[in-house]
Amino acid sequence: MQTMDINTIRTHIEQLDTFKTTTLVFQLRTRLERKDLTEKALLPSMLERGTKHFPSRQHVQGALEELYGASLSGDVVKKGEHHVVTIKLEAANEKFLQEEVPLLERAVQMTASLLFYPNIQDGAFPEDILQEEKRSHAQKIQSVYDDKMRFANKRLAEEMCDGEGYALPVLGMKEDLEQITGASLYDAYQRLISEAQMDFYVVGDVDPKETGALIEHYMHPDREHMPGEYQLPAHEKPADVKVVKETQQLKQAKLHIGYRTGISFGDSDYFALQMANSLFGGAPHSKLFVNVREKESLAYYAASRLESHKGLMIVMAGIDTKKFDQADAIIDEQLDAVKQGDFTEADVEQTRAVLMNQIRETMDTARGLVELDYHSKTAGTKLQASDWLDALASVTKEDMIRAASGITKDTVYFLQGEES
Amino acid sequence: METMHFEQLQETLYKEKLDNGLEVFLLPKEGFQKAFAVFTTKYGSVDDRFIPIGGTEPVQLPDGVAHFLEHKMFEDEDGDVFQEFSRQGASANAFTSFTRTAYLFSSTSGVSNSLETLLNFVQKPYFTDATVEKEKGIIEQEINMYQDNPDWQNFFGLLKAMYHRHPVRTDIAGTVSSIYDISKEDLYMAYETFYHPASMVLFIVGAVEPESTMKQIRENQQAKTFPDPEEPVRFQADEPEEVFEKSVTMAMPVQVGRCLIGFKEKNPFRRGRDLLKRELSAQLVLEMMFGQSSDGYASLFSRGLIDETFSFDYTAEEGFGFSVIGSDTTSPQELDDAVSGIIQSAQREGLSEAAFERLKKKKIGFFLRAMNSPEFIANQFTRYHMNEMQLFDVIPVLESLTLHDLDEVLQEHFDLSRQKSVHMIYPEESVTS
Repeated sequence: MQTMDINTIRTHIEQLDTFKTTTLVFQLRTRLERKDLTEKALLPSMLERGTKHFPSRQHVQGALEELYGASLSGDVVKKGEHHVVTIKLEAANEKFLQEEVPLLERAVQMTASLLFYPNIQDGAFPEDILQEEKRSHAQKIQSVYDDKMRFANKRLAEEMCDGEGYALPVLGMKEDLEQITGASLYDAYQRLISEAQMDFYVVGDVDPKETGALIEHYMHPDREHMPGEYQLPAHEKPADVKVVKETQQLKQAKLHIGYRTGISFGDSDYFALQMANSLFGGAPHSKLFVNVREKESLAYYAASRLESHKGLMIVMAGIDTKKFDQADAIIDEQLDAVKQGDFTEADVEQTRAVLMNQIRETMDTARGLVELDYHSKTAGTKLQASDWLDALASVTKEDMIRAASGITKDTVYFLQGEES
Repeated sequence: METMHFEQLQETLYKEKLDNGLEVFLLPKEGFQKAFAVFTTKYGSVDDRFIPIGGTEPVQLPDGVAHFLEHKMFEDEDGDVFQEFSRQGASANAFTSFTRTAYLFSSTSGVSNSLETLLNFVQKPYFTDATVEKEKGIIEQEINMYQDNPDWQNFFGLLKAMYHRHPVRTDIAGTVSSIYDISKEDLYMAYETFYHPASMVLFIVGAVEPESTMKQIRENQQAKTFPDPEEPVRFQADEPEEVFEKSVTMAMPVQVGRCLIGFKEKNPFRRGRDLLKRELSAQLVLEMMFGQSSDGYASLFSRGLIDETFSFDYTAEEGFGFSVIGSDTTSPQELDDAVSGIIQSAQREGLSEAAFERLKKKKIGFFLRAMNSPEFIANQFTRYHMNEMQLFDVIPVLESLTLHDLDEVLQEHFDLSRQKSVHMIYPEESVTS
């Protein structure tokens, strides 16, 4: 991947002829904090509603259709305590088309228009569009309640990380949303453009020089310099395990458990932690899958995953309400087994093979290549996607035990069904 | 081994029908580290009534047998087949749909070991009373998970409204009570009837070398013996043309309501190019009326009736087919009325030529994007093949469509008076945040 700074944007170009399309991903990263939280969450859909050059949704979508159905998606995600606004555009590669069209140039132009030339009238986003998008966004916030896995994840973060940035919901707050005006949103937009760490990825069968020239020509964020990196606060490990139980009308209860690992992306033991997590609950050969599901028939899914940029591990299982104590105890036992080295060298090799396969598969998609690289950019390390495989290759059983030894249970969140 | 080259897409497909009837397709893709393989049988949840191999009388098995069987195939005498795949650095999975059961793996460290495992575990049933009993708790949790999912409830609620008796109206996994009736004998009966190699298709795409892989598959199959193939006898439900119920509402503990509108296909027995043309035409008509660049979408959004969950699709298989249009909404009934209004005015005023040309381009772009995905290629190719369609015909058929073809579908398929059902979910009174 070739990286260069163009007009204060860190630009990364990967030339590959594997794909029939070209993928453009623009990331704007800021600290996850209450200020501008909801504004940043609302902005992607507002930007998609129209630009200076394409003033309505119909103009934007019509132009994308003309670009052979280029797909556009705007999104906002939490990466640890980073808040990342993403605009992604994927367009066909012109060499597979009957007619000659400069699709790459138009795609870069379109991305620039969406990000840097919003539809602004008298210093504000248009009021009618804002009202429509606020209504839709409020519904999106509300509907998190209807997806029990997401709801339980959100509640766990709130309970476990109370007072930390990570507790903030990625979509923002309903009460903040109500206060947003066309002018206040434009102010937030301008702050985002001046403060965000910008990374722009282009992946596909493209010429890096030509692509760089297009970006230099079209992409002009309204700022003079690249902003400095912000610092994130460190957080203490818990003294006791916090247990929170809530009740809703449910057929299946959700058991979500949060742990502090003390290890984040970029730390020397990060890949050992990945191996330990995979063996514990990250794959179908894991201790959770085998014991919670296969041996005890307690769950259809029981898995763990890492929140790499915050140093957390989260376990999720869907169980019967009455089985809380049993499931919680088995999960504790399995984590103890990993910590005590109760696994064989063959288990280590199996885990390594599974993880390496997952990473190679990720590298087979344009989006995956961007994801892997962006982890490093977010953490401020120089690691390339291909370095992941080397790092995993050298992890030993002792490394896994050492990484697991620092994992501390913090909060148990149980969303249980009503007694009927 | 035959080869077919598709010039515009720059793809070459290798195919062979083996002596035992198994059809094999290989599609090598340059630049991919991953190989993705899917081994599919034409047996899904709708095949609930059939004459078992060697039998004379029809049987009706408990709801959810095809899906239960899929779960249990992963266990043999030595334990869990997932373990064997992961030792090879491969990841395995499976799914059951209305009409198919598919077993798949992806691997980035060579295809040959995992391919052997895939062929061997799917061709070797091993069920005991104890292993069957043990699975019931797991599948019960899977069913309960879907019970709490309003979108799943809405979709199956709509199917139950559209269909009088066709088994497509039954949940693929069955119910908590039906799965407790399933025995190992049921599983063996279904297996023997529907898992003959002559009923199955193997598709491998990505990092795969055609000559040596085909040779490996041939040798694997020649080393096994199978009875002579018999086409399974299935019973088509006696399903009326029109919908069963026009409108159904349901209360659920949700914060945001749901509305899903369905149009039931009048002739669900199209095959081959006919079906492909029908499917692409219907999808384009939906795009023209409700796509993001349409006036219809703009008006639904500005009236506050939909949000970004709004979606639509058309799909058809042997014996059933439908269009669906729906969204999260705080006003399900108003959305239903507004959607009908948009369809009525399209039927009155006709479709626009300019939008048609633009949306054809959009579909072509979508298809090229999908060609980056080994999973899409393998699963869609298999689905198309089992309906006698050819995946690589999509672009030529799209290019051949006329506005007249679309207009016919618009008038005939979107029949508001007889073919339309709506299913709506309203929040229960007691729900609080």
